[in-house]
Amino acid sequence: MCVAKAICYDDVERESTLTVGSIILASGSQGYDPSKLDFLGYGKYPNVVTSEEFERILSASGPYRGHLCRPLDREEPKKIAWLQCVGSRDTNKCGNGYCSSVCCMYAIKEAMIAKEHVHGELDCVVFNMDIRSFGKDYEKYYLRAKDKDGVRFVKARIHTITEIPETGDLSVRFVNEAGEILEEIFNMVVLSVGLQIPETSKVLAKQLGIELNKYNFVTTDPFTPVITSRPGVYTCGVFQGPKDIPSSVTEASAAACMAGGDLVEARGTETKAIEIPDQQDVAEQTPRIGVFVCNCGINIGGVVNVPKVTEYAGTLPYVVFTDHNLFTCSQDTQDKIKEKIIEHKLNRVVVASCSPKTHEQMFMETLEACGLNRYLFEMANIRNHNSWIHSKSPELATQKAKDLVRMAIARSATLKQLNEKVISVNKQALVIGGGISGMNAALGLGKQGFKVFLLEKESELGGFSLKLHHTIEGKDVKTYIKELIEQVQQNPNIEVITKARVTDFAGYKGNFTTEVAVGEEKQKLEHGIIIVATGAKEYIPIEYSYNEDPRVVTQVQLGDILEDKGAAELDSVVMIQCVGSRNKENENCSRICCQNAVKNSLAIKKLNPETNVYVLYRDIRTYGLLEEYYTEARNLGVIFIRFDEDHPPQVEPSSEGMIVKVKDHILQKDLEIRADLLALSAGMVAEDTTELCGIMKFNRNPEGFFIEAHVKLRPVDMPGEGIFLCGTAHGPKLITEAIAQAQAAASRATTFLSKSHIKLSAITAQVDTEHCVKCLTCVRSCPFEVPVFNTEKQVIEIDDAICHGCGVCASVCPRQTIQLNFYEDDQITSKIDALLAGGM
Amino acid sequence: MRLDYPVNIKIIRVPCTGKVDVMHLMRSIQMGADGAYAVGCLEGACHYKQGNLRARERVMHVQKLLEEVGLEGDRVRMYNLSSGEGPTFAAYAKEMTEHIKKLGPNPLKKWSTAKNKE
Repeated sequence: MCVAKAICYDDVERESTLTVGSIILASGSQGYDPSKLDFLGYGKYPNVVTSEEFERILSASGPYRGHLCRPLDREEPKKIAWLQCVGSRDTNKCGNGYCSSVCCMYAIKEAMIAKEHVHGELDCVVFNMDIRSFGKDYEKYYLRAKDKDGVRFVKARIHTITEIPETGDLSVRFVNEAGEILEEIFNMVVLSVGLQIPETSKVLAKQLGIELNKYNFVTTDPFTPVITSRPGVYTCGVFQGPKDIPSSVTEASAAACMAGGDLVEARGTETKAIEIPDQQDVAEQTPRIGVFVCNCGINIGGVVNVPKVTEYAGTLPYVVFTDHNLFTCSQDTQDKIKEKIIEHKLNRVVVASCSPKTHEQMFMETLEACGLNRYLFEMANIRNHNSWIHSKSPELATQKAKDLVRMAIARSATLKQLNEKVISVNKQALVIGGGISGMNAALGLGKQGFKVFLLEKESELGGFSLKLHHTIEGKDVKTYIKELIEQVQQNPNIEVITKARVTDFAGYKGNFTTEVAVGEEKQKLEHGIIIVATGAKEYIPIEYSYNEDPRVVTQVQLGDILEDKGAAELDSVVMIQCVGSRNKENENCSRICCQNAVKNSLAIKKLNPETNVYVLYRDIRTYGLLEEYYTEARNLGVIFIRFDEDHPPQVEPSSEGMIVKVKDHILQKDLEIRADLLALSAGMVAEDTTELCGIMKFNRNPEGFFIEAHVKLRPVDMPGEGIFLCGTAHGPKLITEAIAQAQAAASRATTFLSKSHIKLSAITAQVDTEHCVKCLTCVRSCPFEVPVFNTEKQVIEIDDAICHGCGVCASVCPRQTIQLNFYEDDQITSKIDALLAGGM
Repeated sequence: MRLDYPVNIKIIRVPCTGKVDVMHLMRSIQMGADGAYAVGCLEGACHYKQGNLRARERVMHVQKLLEEVGLEGDRVRMYNLSSGEGPTFAAYAKEMTEHIKKLGPNPLKKWSTAKNKE
């Protein structure tokens, strides 16, 4: 049945033994099955689906081909409800007392995408207890959904769904803040199911002798987030604890760092090197073009007449061989292409298939494997730009495929061999910032045998962590920091430079030079990579009389008070959440304040159960396994009162204490609470790195945190190659998350540093110095200040190591004497001419 | 995403719209294209800092030149979007196609087809 014959139907189970040095468990989770929660109607009412099923409904390759339909009658819904916390935060019905961390965000996403799919109006309601959009920029996404797209968020946990049999619609009854019982009818209900560890993972853990916690997540210590109870076995992702994609990807790199750290001596001993034949020089040859047209299963072949396109290609200038394949990207087709290149002495290859973003690199490697320069390759996208979007017009799509192939063939005849510059990698590393993240990153690299320069602007290591006492799990931060600093200072590979300031910077990936000043003394450091770990600090409030009254403190200060004096003298403590966060000046959530408030509340109650503790909040964001502490706090009598953004608490000083006025959301009455101490959950603010960024040209977002290369898939890489990021410099996070991210950055840096040399892209600008009139327009136009005028030699020099290949200089040069490799003028116009000469 | 957009759009890849030359746009019209447009990053978010702003100026310049020779300047346009905005790309493709259809075929086509026959 499989068209590509990729399935071996008579295959049998085989057991094999592998001898390895480290193991990483990344067995993930499965969605909670809500069938047991019969009051929600899943499995009974066709229009009640799980969020996983809803994702499939939205998907172009799903059951309804991407049309938003409901299961019963395939009608397009006009009103959809999402029920949050199904299978999470529920010790009553299903025993999962933790928060699954991702459901709030995915429900918001599903609502937004559903609205995009529907051409008319779609009313989306998310029934929730708290909206947990705590990740970097996640709060902004929530605000967009709420304020711009009109997604409704209702604070209610639904206990029953009933179906209206005549229509298949679902009735949802809930109580609003005023105590009124309301009913809304929905066409469809989506259950936001949580993440659960499957039985198979429990079995796996038992076989490996790994400890799991009561919810079957791997037991880890907050200071060693990826280490399991068995030495040599590491973990990452949701098996470690519920988390989203960026955190999972980060932890994966962290696990790689730790696992790799064990194997330093053996690095490279069992890897295989790919042998590449010598490149033959085809510069003097007439182009001999081979064209391979892809069917991509039915993706292209189902719409475009591939044999006709192939036949047509054969009629075009310089084409000496054509073929069409079922899947051009498969291994066996690569072998076939190599065969044909050699047999027909091809010196150009055109593949008509999908987007170059998918397989261009792989095809280029295929050319290299035959001794052909990789830049003699061109692709025509007859799938994403053709068959996928003109699926209803096969004849027009076939004609367009011919046009695109004709364009690609014309361009490929103009392509030239390009040489990638090979540069060596300096194996030393620079870590900027000596806090928890910087130190962990430095150790991650130092233990792998690399020399590290660790810069710290203060006179001692530790950063913001020096102000903290305990984690919410009760771990002692001060002891940890002391031991960490000792490890760093004793590691022979790490050179710590305190009171350091970066004064100058030059170079590119693998070859950076940074000038560091300590007082008046300056030194130049050479290194191959950079890890930025400049950290963040607590917001200094201007609200709630903070500066005016000593009874108003921040959570960090409260921590100090509890450490010094305990809670014996405290009769009543009020905490206010979201101070300096989630407002007009700073739209983001600072992520750690809710658990901080819960941590201090628990500390107070344990020191003095008689103390009244009130937490005034907007959403309680104790995500993941932190949820249990929130439950414990409530059980110990901490009172949580919700206020909304437009009606914040009012605070007045008095001789008896701070008087806090707030409207209780359940009683619907105004309360006046007298507090001995008012603790503000002040958010996290990035350290001021303006000077550093000016010198090293790093980009920060409007809140001052550094921008990563890709939010989800490259969370510790910075856009510049060879530069990495970790800790609170990236965004607010817990100590355990900062440690994981630091180890991840070290891992990513190791990938770079362990190469003996790297190849730079050949897509760079070239100056024909003979025809250059030295007008210096290119010098003034380059966004990266790359072209320089060499006053001795009297020529413009473009260093192809730092040229980004954008082509601006080539386009502004009045004499057209700069060309961008691979995008030379005739290489672009060849496509225009080929397209239009044939008549569009 | 497989969103539908008109068949008559053909894409030429460049690293940045900052590389798109006045000559490339002019040549397209000269060779007989009914319309040509550059698609670049959102202003302020150019991957290479300001390339798209240069492209915008060049497009405006080409529009002026076309008017001067008696052709409709609006046959050449520039659109800005982020690489994640698939539906917007399709919407612009449809918009441009409708707009060009209203303007009618490129008057130079008769001239260039004749030239090609020589």
